[in-house]
Amino acid sequence: MALGAARGRRLPRPGGAALSRGLIALYLSLLVLLPVAAVVAKGAERGPRALWEAIAQHEALTALALTVAVSVVVVAVNVVFGTLIAWVLVRDSFPGRRLVDGVIDLPFALPTIVAGLTLLALYGPQGPVGINVAFTRGAVLLALLFVTLPFVVRSVQPVLRELDRSMEEAAASLGAGPWTVFRRIIAPNLTPAIVSGAALSFARALGEFGSVVLITGNLPNRTEVASVYVFGQIQSDNVVGAAAVSTSLLAIALVVLLVLGLLDGRRRRA
Amino acid sequence: MAIEVHDVHKRFGDFAALSDICLRVEPGSLGAVLGPSGSGKSTLLRVIAGLEQPDSGRVLIGGRDVTREPPQRRGVGFVFQHYAAFKHMTVRDNVAFALRIRRRAKPEVLARVDELLALVRLEGLADRYPGQLSGGQRQRMALARALAAEPQVLLLDEPFGALDARVRAELREWLRRLHDEVHVTTLFVTHDQQEAMEISEQVVVMNEGGVEQVGTPRELYEHPRTEFVMSFVGEVNRVGERFVRPHEVQLLPQSDAGSREGFIDRVLHLGFEVRVGLTLDDGDQVWSQTTRERADELELEVGQIVPVRLGGGRVFA
Repeated sequence: MALGAARGRRLPRPGGAALSRGLIALYLSLLVLLPVAAVVAKGAERGPRALWEAIAQHEALTALALTVAVSVVVVAVNVVFGTLIAWVLVRDSFPGRRLVDGVIDLPFALPTIVAGLTLLALYGPQGPVGINVAFTRGAVLLALLFVTLPFVVRSVQPVLRELDRSMEEAAASLGAGPWTVFRRIIAPNLTPAIVSGAALSFARALGEFGSVVLITGNLPNRTEVASVYVFGQIQSDNVVGAAAVSTSLLAIALVVLLVLGLLDGRRRRA
Repeated sequence: MAIEVHDVHKRFGDFAALSDICLRVEPGSLGAVLGPSGSGKSTLLRVIAGLEQPDSGRVLIGGRDVTREPPQRRGVGFVFQHYAAFKHMTVRDNVAFALRIRRRAKPEVLARVDELLALVRLEGLADRYPGQLSGGQRQRMALARALAAEPQVLLLDEPFGALDARVRAELREWLRRLHDEVHVTTLFVTHDQQEAMEISEQVVVMNEGGVEQVGTPRELYEHPRTEFVMSFVGEVNRVGERFVRPHEVQLLPQSDAGSREGFIDRVLHLGFEVRVGLTLDDGDQVWSQTTRERADELELEVGQIVPVRLGGGRVFA
């Protein structure tokens, strides 16, 4: 390593590279690695067999399946509409654009339980719009779409803003129509931002609790998502069951993030 | 194919970017549009390419009215000042773009791309990404890309503007020779009068959204029609109402009828050329351009007073 040699030439960082690296490792360990390890350890406390049996519970499995399935739909919707919203906010100018731009962040600013309450009031049994989705799987989707709205929009927006318009003009002068320009020039440049926004919304949808807990009614095997199931197991003193489902959620999130990371790495090398 | 522009007007809000532009570029010629920034020269080029719509007027390419055609149907190659490289594609894919979207056969595309890369001398760099190229290489790639689909017309918007002086000079020379080989009707925009005069046969001088004069470099230099052309094309001294070129300010060994006196402020030795800064007897400051031999003969030094004759010169109403 040329670290020693580099020190003389570069501006010294406060405390040096080794110290800052150590600090980051410690911080991440305390904040992320240790709790994660604790969950996994709790789940596996009574051996892999007990862990598997806890996951293989019918109620646990349906909760996990529902969570993953709805999260996938959420991601698909967000990729399309998030990109569309970002496009309109960057490329179009219309009265009230700034207001709309501000509204995008509302799901971030609102405490999720308040979001759930709002959705229940609006789309619940006594809602003013006459659409009642409360206590259905549609309610799960609705709540998750609401809280994950900003992710794709906010990751695509800056990239789109910085995109060199002359690339599109060059493509047009070379004979490309609007659709070809979008497919071959704009989309490839937006893909990394769309993917990272999608990953964030998937992760968020996987673990969301506050906004779904009121509106879905938590009907076992019907509208109960994984996080609510975990909460229920803790309340009925089944810590191992809770930890087992948590471990599954963790594994799913990890696999998704890893796959996306690998794809991104391959794209960069290409 | 000839480029014709008839009575084109274009406004951006309150700003008249182009007013009443008429222009004809001969088939196969290499023309320059010269003007200061804000003179409308880039807008004119973008109107020809279809990247801007004129408010009124017509654009014809090869006799065909393309005013309402989108850029992709004009058969125009366009080169941008900042390259507009497709940064997510390799050099090869950049150059192949126009051929691929036309669904040409794969072997044909590859052969054509290789040919173009050889033409712009980027053979070894086909698998690089634009980010791994220098500015000059990126611009050559952009040129190859623009030429791939054999456009009827090649338009270059300040193509060397972002490059350093040495690379600029190289690419100018190279563009000149490329045009001799390819013979596509070419129009390029520049604010650099030397660049315009070095490369092109016909120069269009623009100012404040209008065409000031069209002519060969020599015509513009020797017979400028307006004060603006006189001062923008070549250097100029202003003495009272008269405009005099620096080489027309002659320094004499002794005074004669019609000569005036000048006080030497500066003497700059620029190799073959020597420039002398003078203050004339009535306070006007002028530059004189002379050869090294002449300067040595006269033994010019700062602080001397020398006889000066102002030859030529023009007065604009």
